[in-house]
Amino acid sequence: MNAPLVASGVGVELGGAPVLHDVDLEVRLGELLVLVGPNGAGKSTLLGVLSGDQVPQRGTVTLDGRRVASLRAGELARRRAVLPQENRLAFGFRVVDVVRMGRAAWAGRPEEDRDDLVVAEALRRSDVTHLAERVYPTLSGGERARTSLARVLAQETALVLLDEPTAALDVRHVELVMAQARELAAAGHAVVAVLHDLTLAAAHADRVCVLADGRVRAVGAPRAVLTADLLSTVYEHPLEVVDLDGRLLVLPHRHPQEALC
Amino acid sequence: MTAVAGRHRLPEAVPTGDVPPPALPPVRRGRAGLLLAALGVGVVVSTLVSAGQGQLDVPADQVLGSVLHRLGVDVLPLPTHPQGDNTLWQVRFPRVALAVLVGAALATAGALMQGLFGNPLAEPGVVGVSVGAALAAAFVIVFQVTLLGAWTVPAFAFAGGLVTTLAVYALSRADGRTEVVTLVLTGIAVNAVCSAGLALMLFLGDTAAREEIVFWQLGSLNGTRWAHVAVVAPCVGIGLAGALALSRRLDVLALGDRAARHVGVDVERVRVAAIVLVALLTAAAVSFAGIIAFVGLVVPHLVRMVVGPGHRVLVPASALGGALLLLWADLFARTAVAYADLPIGMLTSLVGGPFFFWLLRRTRRTAGGWA
Ligand SMILES: Nc1ncnc2c1ncn2[C@@H]1O[C@H](COP(=O)(O)OP(=O)(O)O)[C@@H](O)[C@H]1O
Ligand SMILES: [Mg+2]
Repeated sequence: MNAPLVASGVGVELGGAPVLHDVDLEVRLGELLVLVGPNGAGKSTLLGVLSGDQVPQRGTVTLDGRRVASLRAGELARRRAVLPQENRLAFGFRVVDVVRMGRAAWAGRPEEDRDDLVVAEALRRSDVTHLAERVYPTLSGGERARTSLARVLAQETALVLLDEPTAALDVRHVELVMAQARELAAAGHAVVAVLHDLTLAAAHADRVCVLADGRVRAVGAPRAVLTADLLSTVYEHPLEVVDLDGRLLVLPHRHPQEALC
Repeated sequence: MTAVAGRHRLPEAVPTGDVPPPALPPVRRGRAGLLLAALGVGVVVSTLVSAGQGQLDVPADQVLGSVLHRLGVDVLPLPTHPQGDNTLWQVRFPRVALAVLVGAALATAGALMQGLFGNPLAEPGVVGVSVGAALAAAFVIVFQVTLLGAWTVPAFAFAGGLVTTLAVYALSRADGRTEVVTLVLTGIAVNAVCSAGLALMLFLGDTAAREEIVFWQLGSLNGTRWAHVAVVAPCVGIGLAGALALSRRLDVLALGDRAARHVGVDVERVRVAAIVLVALLTAAAVSFAGIIAFVGLVVPHLVRMVVGPGHRVLVPASALGGALLLLWADLFARTAVAYADLPIGMLTSLVGGPFFFWLLRRTRRTAGGWA
């Protein structure tokens, strides 16, 4: 089956207020699915539901046909990894130790033999090898985000859920992280990423899901979904979608004069 | 279930000639081994030295001679003083053994609690668990409960410790973590309530019970007998073994509840286990030695400064360090002033109080530790 993770008719209420309404979404292997939408649209909540953090009040989320909520923490952790929006750490562990934590679910299994190899590879892929000996709380925001991404990669799961993986990163590292996400998808993983940069989403996504007010407004190929009409409505701000030599650019309207140029 | 199981390795690095895979930084085994060895030797040597000191001095070689003699090896001199051997085996050794056990229990409980709360300021004394255990034990004294013989006081102390640990945890936890301010204020509240309970026990008790409770609020190892050691030792043994078994999962708890669950740790189970172990260790320490605060705060902190926060080293090193600290604190307590036995809890608080304050300021300043 190509879509191991399926949400159907998912509804979530938080603090008495509805946050997600009747969300249907398939997460497919070999594909990078990008979630976009305004602040508070419910992107993190949806990711929480997909990852099993949050049990939806209505609808179901299934992983290979079994309800995510029924799986034990270890079982789940060998199948899906999550990069949360915020990544804190209570004590001064070194970067390499934090990345090693991603291997916790494989302890006592044959895969444990790969620990060192995988950790080294994950550090390299997130470009934090040179920080391996540094103490996590002393890192900059972007360095922490990359360390956390390395931890997620080290988990070696079929499903990878990333909540705003590029939020704190410089241009080079944004491209690096997106390249990693693409490589994972190309290698047969299913990757879901929440992004705010619509141009970035258009450039890298296989499919884009536009979320607004807790509802899925559109899902599909970037060109089909990222239209000026839909985006302007959803973001409540006029947006332009420009095709520049085959690349899709999403630009906000600024002052009228500027738009004329 | 097999569609997503086990077939999704990290894509191999793109082969770019003969570039070897990047080497991982070395695990700091050497440093950890050195610390554990040094602490272990320190505990053994300090035990022999401490046992020889007191109103009747027995040189360390004669102390060792006496121990070896009982083990059937006669190579070192026996105590020359006629009462020497008797004093060692009736008075000193049980007391020194209890110091080792209580020190190990308190420091391990501190390390466990800090891991559980994800907060370097959590400690049984600071957050009120010790007083909670003491309150339950005072109840036994005042109402002369004898349900379980020698185990009555520890059993009640365990129950009291468990209830207070659960209460502190439930009250100070919000959104999967514990802020420093919340933890400290919760500690104040719990300490206040339990101290009020202790005051009530003092009020209700007869003179003998009062004396015992006061003595015990101050914390002391005076009057330790082998029977006490026999009760405390298995509790500490179980507590330490449990803490070691939890250590890798405690490391992962530093990520916070949610991320710990993401990497496969059953957070609820670890939490319950850690709370029970903290209560067991605190009860073991409090039952016969009374309230000795701050050991669990100071020792794990110093260990972390040397070998980092990994619990696989932190737990055993804290146990040894706590034993070492209490050995010397007790030696000081009974030899600093001639013919007087100072309360050891007073000494640890005298040093631990300012240390706590320093740690509080430091935690607030630095990024680590969720200030
Ligand atoms: N624990 C909570 N209690 C009440 N409301 C919440 C809670 N968590 C999130 N929300 C609300 O749910 C909505 C969706 O949040 P979220 O999924 O985090 O949005 P985003 O799309 O920005 O990631 C927001 O309006 C937010 O305020
Ligand atoms: Mg969000």
